Amino acid sequence: MTQEQEKTVAAPSAQEGTVKTAAKVARPAAPAVPAAPAENACDLKTFAPAELRREMERLRREEKMDFLECLTGMDWQEEGLGVIYHLESTETGKRVCLKTATTDRENPLLPSVSDLWDIANIYEREVFDFYGIKFTGHPDMRRIFMREDWVGYPFRKDDDPEKQNPLRMDNEPLADVTETLTLNADGSVTRRENKIFEDGEYVVNIGPQHPSTHGVLHFRVSLDGETIKKIDPVLGYIHRGIEKMNESLTYPQTLALTDRLDYLGAMQNRHALCMCIEKAMGVEVSPRVQYIRTIMDELQRIDSHLLFFSCLCQDLGATTAFLYGFRDREKILDIFEETCGGRLILNYNTIGGVMADIHPNFRKRVKEFIPYMRKNIEEYFDIFIGNVIFHNRAEGVGVLTKEQCISFGCTGGTGRASGWHNDVRKRMPYAAYDKVEFKEIVRTEGDSFARLMIRMDEIRESLSIIEQLIDNIPEGNYQEKMKPVIKVPAGTYYSAVEGSRGEFGVLLESKGDKSPYRLHYRATGLPLVAVMDTACRGNMLADLITIGGTVDYVVPDIDR
Amino acid sequence: MPAAGRPPIGLAGQHLHISFKKKMFDFSVVTTWLHGLLCSFLPEWAAILTESVLVALVIITLYAVFAIVLIYMERKVCAAFQCRLGPMRVGKWGLLQVFSDVFKMLTKEIISMRNTDLFLHNLAPFLVVTASMLTFACLPWNAGAQIIDFNVGVFFFLAVSSIGVVGILLAGWSSNNKYSLIGAMRSGAQIISYELSIGMAMLTMICLTGTMSFSEICQQQYDEGWNIFRGHLPALMAFVIYLVAGNAECNRGPFDLPECESELTAGYHTEYSGMHFGYYYLAEYLNLFICAGMAATIFLGGWAPLHVYGLDGLNGVMDLIPGAVWFVGKTFFIVFLLMWLRWTFPRLRIDQILSLEWKYLVPISMVTLVIMALCVSFNLTF
Amino acid sequence: MEEKNYLSGLFGGIKTLCIGLKTTLRELFTKKITEQYPENRDELKMFDRFRGSLTMPHNENNEHKCVGCGLCQMACPNGTIKVTSEFYETEDGKKKKRLVKYEYNLGSCMFCQLCTRACPHDAITFDQTFENAVFDRAKLIKTLNREGSKVMEK
Repeated sequence: MTQEQEKTVAAPSAQEGTVKTAAKVARPAAPAVPAAPAENACDLKTFAPAELRREMERLRREEKMDFLECLTGMDWQEEGLGVIYHLESTETGKRVCLKTATTDRENPLLPSVSDLWDIANIYEREVFDFYGIKFTGHPDMRRIFMREDWVGYPFRKDDDPEKQNPLRMDNEPLADVTETLTLNADGSVTRRENKIFEDGEYVVNIGPQHPSTHGVLHFRVSLDGETIKKIDPVLGYIHRGIEKMNESLTYPQTLALTDRLDYLGAMQNRHALCMCIEKAMGVEVSPRVQYIRTIMDELQRIDSHLLFFSCLCQDLGATTAFLYGFRDREKILDIFEETCGGRLILNYNTIGGVMADIHPNFRKRVKEFIPYMRKNIEEYFDIFIGNVIFHNRAEGVGVLTKEQCISFGCTGGTGRASGWHNDVRKRMPYAAYDKVEFKEIVRTEGDSFARLMIRMDEIRESLSIIEQLIDNIPEGNYQEKMKPVIKVPAGTYYSAVEGSRGEFGVLLESKGDKSPYRLHYRATGLPLVAVMDTACRGNMLADLITIGGTVDYVVPDIDR
Repeated sequence: MPAAGRPPIGLAGQHLHISFKKKMFDFSVVTTWLHGLLCSFLPEWAAILTESVLVALVIITLYAVFAIVLIYMERKVCAAFQCRLGPMRVGKWGLLQVFSDVFKMLTKEIISMRNTDLFLHNLAPFLVVTASMLTFACLPWNAGAQIIDFNVGVFFFLAVSSIGVVGILLAGWSSNNKYSLIGAMRSGAQIISYELSIGMAMLTMICLTGTMSFSEICQQQYDEGWNIFRGHLPALMAFVIYLVAGNAECNRGPFDLPECESELTAGYHTEYSGMHFGYYYLAEYLNLFICAGMAATIFLGGWAPLHVYGLDGLNGVMDLIPGAVWFVGKTFFIVFLLMWLRWTFPRLRIDQILSLEWKYLVPISMVTLVIMALCVSFNLTF
Repeated sequence: MEEKNYLSGLFGGIKTLCIGLKTTLRELFTKKITEQYPENRDELKMFDRFRGSLTMPHNENNEHKCVGCGLCQMACPNGTIKVTSEFYETEDGKKKKRLVKYEYNLGSCMFCQLCTRACPHDAITFDQTFENAVFDRAKLIKTLNREGSKVMEK
């Protein structure tokens, strides 16, 4: 029995059924506590809440930290409730992470940074929702994912959500009024109420059940005739609390949930988490795994962009083009299924490698697919993209400037369409991306048409990346041997990959246990939904569909 | 509208069959015989009443049959364009699919909503169906087989086809639903605008034919050749304008804004269920057929067979094919064209729809009308 | 200039529309991609790695490889597997564990493969069945070890 329990959990030879001894399991490069900090460990500077605001303003104004990459709520128990900020300067590429905490658990107050970075608005609402930290100076302090009548703050370590929240059979109330808290010099707090919509506004609900919201997303849209005056996104209809669940799962178990975030970036999400854990543990994966992961990520990207194109066609009424896109996507899904055993939920990357070696047919199928796809992209241009009707509907619609994209943190194709070079594959190369040549596709128009063209060009670029790698996959292990119980050394780690629709980041805080203390995902879709109000104002109702289609959000990733 | 003392059907043949080259089968023979038969044992008013009931039955049957055929055709054609097979499960090649759908629709509950204007809500689908039935009755199926025919037939057609928009507006207003209201408003703006260019396109052809009676228009084309050949360039332009505007009149893609599902879920008929929805569905397909049938009548000769000048042998063979077959064949050809358009293009936006009409179609149709007038007055038509 | 834009816009637009029409017309005659599922059941074969449901292969003597250690149950993230085992005394007086019942709930399985990877004896594996629809949720709870089966002797 003891022999069996000590057997490696993830060794590839386990599939051959040989029983191994403990001696064989010991890895030569076993990560005893690494001397140097892990590659992706965060160097956190701590600021007291009173100093935070000044420091943030300094970083924003003087150091030009214009991109708020990630804002994570934390419950450090005795250290208090707090927030970790990841900032980056798009000019110099310099990165900073800092944290703040307050020990007041009854009425935690932190200064808001939502006036410095637009995206902080929605991130701080998320932190308020999960941890109950109130941000002073925030214009819209209400819950975002949980029901508005939810009791307690579920992500606090001492919260018991089930006790306080029985299954409610009534409809969820939606607030029409929100509040701003202001911290006065003497420490007292002033509340001011803000109305979300004025009386007499014509508010139409787009969603939560609507053909073109790509999932269960709900926009409350105020209309003037057909012109949009304001959009208020209502999120959380499919919030599953994956981040909270992760705190009670072992590391291999947490992997299974990543595929269920952005289901069109399943490969990349899982890649990000595996990479984060591997780097934190100091595990080096073989070049073979790096190559396989890169190819798979790019296939996933093509898959996602094809679905993006198809759904955009569907949203704009070109049903035929929709099916052409799906016809071609089917080929990628077949490739995935043959190697990974899944089509949507791929379940392929593991800590220290991949689940199984590539299928013998994999190379052949991929090589057949590349010319097929190149040919069929031309067909998309013929039937839809080159079409005068589509040009009229997309050109100049929903223009986002580069500054807006950065301030809202809209990474991925949406940011690149506005001229922001934000590709993680270039900014912080990972896997085999430093071994291939590819262009970062950037356009400057920032309109819906540019956002579509970025994706089309990225399909071509991904094909060329795959073409460069497919014949050169080096020999090697497809799975490093890992200990049966995986433990990450204590610390805070952040890793990011270029997901299908932007930077997908994983923030892992470990206390050295077999489960993460906190695992936060930087959702690619949340900034994209946050920017909808800015992008849509003044456009028509029909443009909401075009813009929503082209910024390309996926709801399970937003709601997590 | 039948004048007193004359049979309600087969008016066309009555005053024309003197000049008729008796090659094609004239359906008025049947109607006259029937009228005579009924009059022999009934007073004339009762005979006309019986005939009216018969005609009503025929038109409703045809209406249902063509709707079923069109729905099946739409599904199959759309599937073929999209690399699919379409319905295959119910019956051989899915032939019974539409019947089962109709059966399903008939058995569904008609749900009534709170806070709706119930009377108008229930009235609206009937208005839409009435409008499309009235226009359906204008179609010339064969020589002498026409239900409504009089000297300003084109005007009558345009007038009754406009009743449909009232039904749509009422549906949108009475549903107490914001999607429906937006859909109805769009539809009102769109249909009223596009009626202009439909009217213009028809006017262009009337300019050529010199008559507004559908039976005469068909007869003329039988004698002298199809209008699209006689009127060459301006007729062709008018034909294209008619197809575009007709597609918009039918609320079909790329002009399906009023019900555009990706924005307004189902537009003006969002709140309808059961057979009330079924009426809209029916009317939509029949309007497609009527639009195509009218194009076939005015531009492609209606029931007139294809004649090539000088090839009498061929013309003789063509004459053997019954006029109804010609008419239905041409209509389905145009229906196919319209489906092809629908399943190729993305949807327009409301302002683009209106600018297409007012900045492109209306000016071009005016120019076409002028060209046609010049051609006719300088005898440049064939 | 204005007039030129008007006309070039008109004709350019019509040209792109015609390209679209040409494309759909070409596709009208291409091979259709629909798979006629229940009819093609015989040819339809899933890929080897496809994960349909968890099974425990038995050999011709009704023997399986499971020793009832419960590692799969521990590895499972959502409590899909329930292993019941008992201790018995062998002839030579040693206490040994053996499997009594291996319950698997297909309804809550998310096919993460942690159980098959945790298994030291390769006793469980995924098969390629995919017709898993049932009318009653209780039918999704399956007992994987067969009636009267025992563990394979090495």
